[in-house]
Amino acid sequence: MFGKLSWAAIPLNEPIPLITVGVLIVGIVGILSLVTWKGWWPYLWREWITTTDHKRLGVMYVILALVMLLRGFSDAIMMRAQLALAAGHAAGYLPPDHYNQIFSAHGTIMIFFVGMAFVIGLMNFALPLQLGVRDVAFPVLNSVGFWLTAAGVLLVNVSLGVGEFSRTGWLAYPPLSEIAYSPGVGVDYYLWSLQISGLGTLLSGINLTTTILKLRAPGMSYARMPVFCWTALASNLLIVAAFPILTATFAMLLLDRYLGFHFFTNDGGGNPMMYINLIWGWGHPEVYILILPAFGVFSEVIATFSGKPLFGYRSMVMATMAICVLSFMVWLHHFFTMGAGANVNAFFGIATMIIAVPTGVKVFNWLFTMYGGSIRFTAPVLWAIGFIVTFVIGGMTGVLMAIPPADFVLHNSLFLIAHFHNVIIGGVIFGAMAGYTYWFPKAFGFKLHEGLGKAVFWCWFVGFYLAFMPLYGLGLMGATRRMQHYADTSWQPLMIVAFGGAVVILIGIILTVAQLVVSIRTRNRRRDLSGDPWNGRTLEWSTSSPPPVWNFAVLPVVSGPDAFWRTKHNPKGPAPKYEPLEVPKHSALGFTVAFFAVPLGFALIWHIWWLAIVGLLGIVAAVLRHAWRVDLEEHVSLATILEHEQAQQLRAARA
Amino acid sequence: MTARNLSNSKARRSWGFLAFPLLALAGCSHGVLDPQGPVGENEKLILFDATAIMLAVVIPVILCTLAFAWWFRAKNRRAHRRPDWEYSGRIEFVTWSIPALIVLFLGGIAWISSHDLDPPKRLTGAGAPIEVQVVSLDWKWLFIYPQEHIATVNQLVIPVGAPVHFTLTSASVMNSFFVPQLGSQIYTMAGMTTHLNLLASHPGTYAGISAQFSGDGFSDMQFDVRAVPAGEFSTWVAGTHDAAQRLDAEQYARLAAPSVRNAQMAFGQVSPDLFDAVVHGKGTVPTSLSASPRQDPGTNP
Repeated sequence: MFGKLSWAAIPLNEPIPLITVGVLIVGIVGILSLVTWKGWWPYLWREWITTTDHKRLGVMYVILALVMLLRGFSDAIMMRAQLALAAGHAAGYLPPDHYNQIFSAHGTIMIFFVGMAFVIGLMNFALPLQLGVRDVAFPVLNSVGFWLTAAGVLLVNVSLGVGEFSRTGWLAYPPLSEIAYSPGVGVDYYLWSLQISGLGTLLSGINLTTTILKLRAPGMSYARMPVFCWTALASNLLIVAAFPILTATFAMLLLDRYLGFHFFTNDGGGNPMMYINLIWGWGHPEVYILILPAFGVFSEVIATFSGKPLFGYRSMVMATMAICVLSFMVWLHHFFTMGAGANVNAFFGIATMIIAVPTGVKVFNWLFTMYGGSIRFTAPVLWAIGFIVTFVIGGMTGVLMAIPPADFVLHNSLFLIAHFHNVIIGGVIFGAMAGYTYWFPKAFGFKLHEGLGKAVFWCWFVGFYLAFMPLYGLGLMGATRRMQHYADTSWQPLMIVAFGGAVVILIGIILTVAQLVVSIRTRNRRRDLSGDPWNGRTLEWSTSSPPPVWNFAVLPVVSGPDAFWRTKHNPKGPAPKYEPLEVPKHSALGFTVAFFAVPLGFALIWHIWWLAIVGLLGIVAAVLRHAWRVDLEEHVSLATILEHEQAQQLRAARA
Repeated sequence: MTARNLSNSKARRSWGFLAFPLLALAGCSHGVLDPQGPVGENEKLILFDATAIMLAVVIPVILCTLAFAWWFRAKNRRAHRRPDWEYSGRIEFVTWSIPALIVLFLGGIAWISSHDLDPPKRLTGAGAPIEVQVVSLDWKWLFIYPQEHIATVNQLVIPVGAPVHFTLTSASVMNSFFVPQLGSQIYTMAGMTTHLNLLASHPGTYAGISAQFSGDGFSDMQFDVRAVPAGEFSTWVAGTHDAAQRLDAEQYARLAAPSVRNAQMAFGQVSPDLFDAVVHGKGTVPTSLSASPRQDPGTNP
């Protein structure tokens, strides 16, 4: 009846997960009770859960990312505390089986549910606005994509309280992740939650790629698109090309684990090296999926706050697309130490270095964008400057490890850990936070507290250096990744410094929450009435903050790059002609699919076959029902549009 | 590592590090910046050369970033504004050329060094070459000396100055054989062999680790590499020969069972076919005994 599930799956003898789960359950029940008590359910259902509005889905992605950042960071600070303690004969407070789950969960959550959710959220929110259109290409699919991601998130978190999470690292290399060596449900939690959320990511990638290719404002040719749209295009093309590799690779591992296949096993003709090639065939493009939108955010932020057009627009576009293509040609640099031979290693080493050329060009172009500008040091600009300084260091250590013999001594060391946190925190997180601060007033109609925003930046910036510069040193001293304890007590001082860095980042995260709370409470003082709080250059600033559901009452006509900047400084043309329009209807499809995907995943993990069938049938039924829908669009009357436009003109006049 | 450099390097590690990581660590013991053989020495040289070449660009870029941002701050009335300046063919040419030239140069280093330091490439040294077969087990290292017909667990004794040729495999999951002070690491994989050549130039005891996560006993999967003078090595081999323990099928099966924190062991006799049997057994025990799914780690009997 319940497959492998029994009361033994609840970790009653492990206080840390038990207390965490207890607090989580109390928190969730508390929130649900509050929502019920206040009678917010109809509003939430109508305006958020079933929404097909790309802006709201973008906001929900970002909220999801911020919540999961708390979870992923809790894992991080627990690991740093463990390593600050477990020197010499000390065992620390986390036994290996628990510690191994924590680093596996940390990597999985940070990449898939923080990094990906954050950049997809920002793209979802900003892309249609920047392109000057009313919606994405497939609004319902967009909602399905979000809710599938949320379903994956839920499953990963269920593993805290029911069973265990994977103990095989964030990429679950076989043969360790095969049933012979990991017979528990941990790897199954990992695989099914990523299969479900990975499908959501693929749908989102298809949607956003199509949006950029097919839906642009009149006159918005490719060469007039903001650079963020270009980086988003590259990123989503990579999603469409790379995520199927991930799905197929995981499917093969699942066949091994569930049906006794031998794709990657030690015996029966399996070959684990194939998995490692395949997973990095996805994994290397994945890091560019994350970083390219961040590059786009920095391009927008630096240009806007320097009061200048981006320097070398065409170079930027070429560099972006070059990175997009090259990212598929370097995967082997993740395992130079597998013994591929000198020619192969050297080829992939050099291919990796070549990516540094377009990336270097981007850095120079940001520099020259600032040159001759008039720079306002807002929080997004601090993130951008902090990014350039930090990212060139991370890029340097990356190129260093692209030299195969250098990698032979640095591979899998804490030096590597320092390197990729250097580019992911310094690049992706800084970019996500810059984008969050930059577009927040557009999304909600008021600015975030500037002083707290700067404090958040300084905590992350200082905390990052304190936490990860020691890891570069430790890596050179021979410390390897995923150690639960270490014999050499001379490493401990640096481990303690690294823990201190994590504490500083923790303060930054607390301040992020504080900033949000303070900003909401004082929102009336922070209103963005004009819709253009930063003196922006691109079309998202031409509509009200927050924008109406339809984004633009009249689609903007684009006559060059920096479209809004042009119309702002050369207002001409006839008075706008308003017409009634249509917006996509709300749809419960996404939520319903996710509602059944969670028990489906859970049942597959625990071998509860009847429940799996129920979940699958539920999804099929929901999709079929959607296929026979009749009304797709909701009409917006001319009166509603005019009312909104007049209200906005009044507000803008007050600004 | 000797007691002398332990005490003073400790102080440098703790405090000097904060000032400037790479340089402060250069004199440290233990790690890859304190190599004790030609492979590690060459790799350290590559690390320093490549870092220096890149710093020549990275440091000016960081300084320019800070300088441009500060000079062109909105409040600076002396800054010359060029609000519409967005293109310069000459600057574009330079910005593409600088990273391209650096990469051309580093690419040359990568190509040449990949061939020079290819792990299977044999080394030349003073002494006679030594063969060592390495098997990674859950969670310990088995070293077989096929020429000497002896085997050890978690300790590797090699003569100083002699090139050592390693043939490596795994009887279980993947691991990576790594002695930071000697240089290059290489994966061990079941059913496959990899090759690595190392040489210790100086006598001493060097820490060896697994650098590829392999499960719950991973952190303790450590071994010592003792580089001893040739005469001492012969004495050690002879002494080990006389050891009572033989590495037969039964003993191997016991070794292959998962265990953590294994003591160092030595076997006076070992089957010459053991290594091949492990490789062709593809992770299962090469005798009548078969591998069972891994249980929670126990301690070694």
